[in-house]
Amino acid sequence: MRLDLTVEGKNLVVKFNGELDHHTAQQIREKIDEEYRRQKLQNIILDLKGLNFMDSSGIGLIMGRYKICLNNNGKLALIHVNSRLEKILKVSGIFKIVKKYDSLSEACHIF
Amino acid sequence: MLDNSMKLEFPSKSQNESFARVVVASFASQLDPTIDELADVKTAVSEAVTNAIIHGYEDTEGIVYVECKIINNKLEIIIKDNGQGIRDINMVMEPLYTTKPELERSGMGFTVMETFMDELEVKSEVGKGTHIRMVKEFKSVSIKE
Repeated sequence: MRLDLTVEGKNLVVKFNGELDHHTAQQIREKIDEEYRRQKLQNIILDLKGLNFMDSSGIGLIMGRYKICLNNNGKLALIHVNSRLEKILKVSGIFKIVKKYDSLSEACHIF
Repeated sequence: MLDNSMKLEFPSKSQNESFARVVVASFASQLDPTIDELADVKTAVSEAVTNAIIHGYEDTEGIVYVECKIINNKLEIIIKDNGQGIRDINMVMEPLYTTKPELERSGMGFTVMETFMDELEVKSEVGKGTHIRMVKEFKSVSIKE
């Protein structure tokens, strides 16, 4: 899994490239959380375009980041959610609390 | 009629989660699956193998067994471990139930297996291990007369 972290104002943009499972999730969440705290950011945008595989470990990762943002008066958004990812995310009911957007600019508008 | 079968075993290391799902998906490819059917199988296998590693064997190392059988247009997958077993199967199958919230486990593993596969059976004995049987029917297969 390759992770690209960029900062846009108060937002941390996380681009995934690879597969998200229990094995990769631990390292990924440490990297995201460290950058979020170090740069004192508020919101997180997860760009799932390059994510080729995700199991329920990804649901846990998204819920965890959602809580971190919430505790910091921030928001979490998902962008580029394909039909495969949508299927597993729908099972979890996560769209009741986390919104998805078609593009980064669209997601940035809500913050 | 049993058309084909395979067996796989590996130590309960988390690096093997991706190995297991890719092997099963490769084996299933002879059924001419759609991309979505194949992704369903990969996801369900990933859930079952992850459970064996983090719950079955927890911090110890054991062997995870994967068996696949192709019968007509159906793929049967058995994933088993000789780990600690499950005390209350009904409870662990409830959505959002997890014994490991500190690991950010979502508690959706069994729900995902149930949703993505056509059949799911879980047998478990405390101290002996857990046996998961899942079946996926491949709709696109044209069966030869």
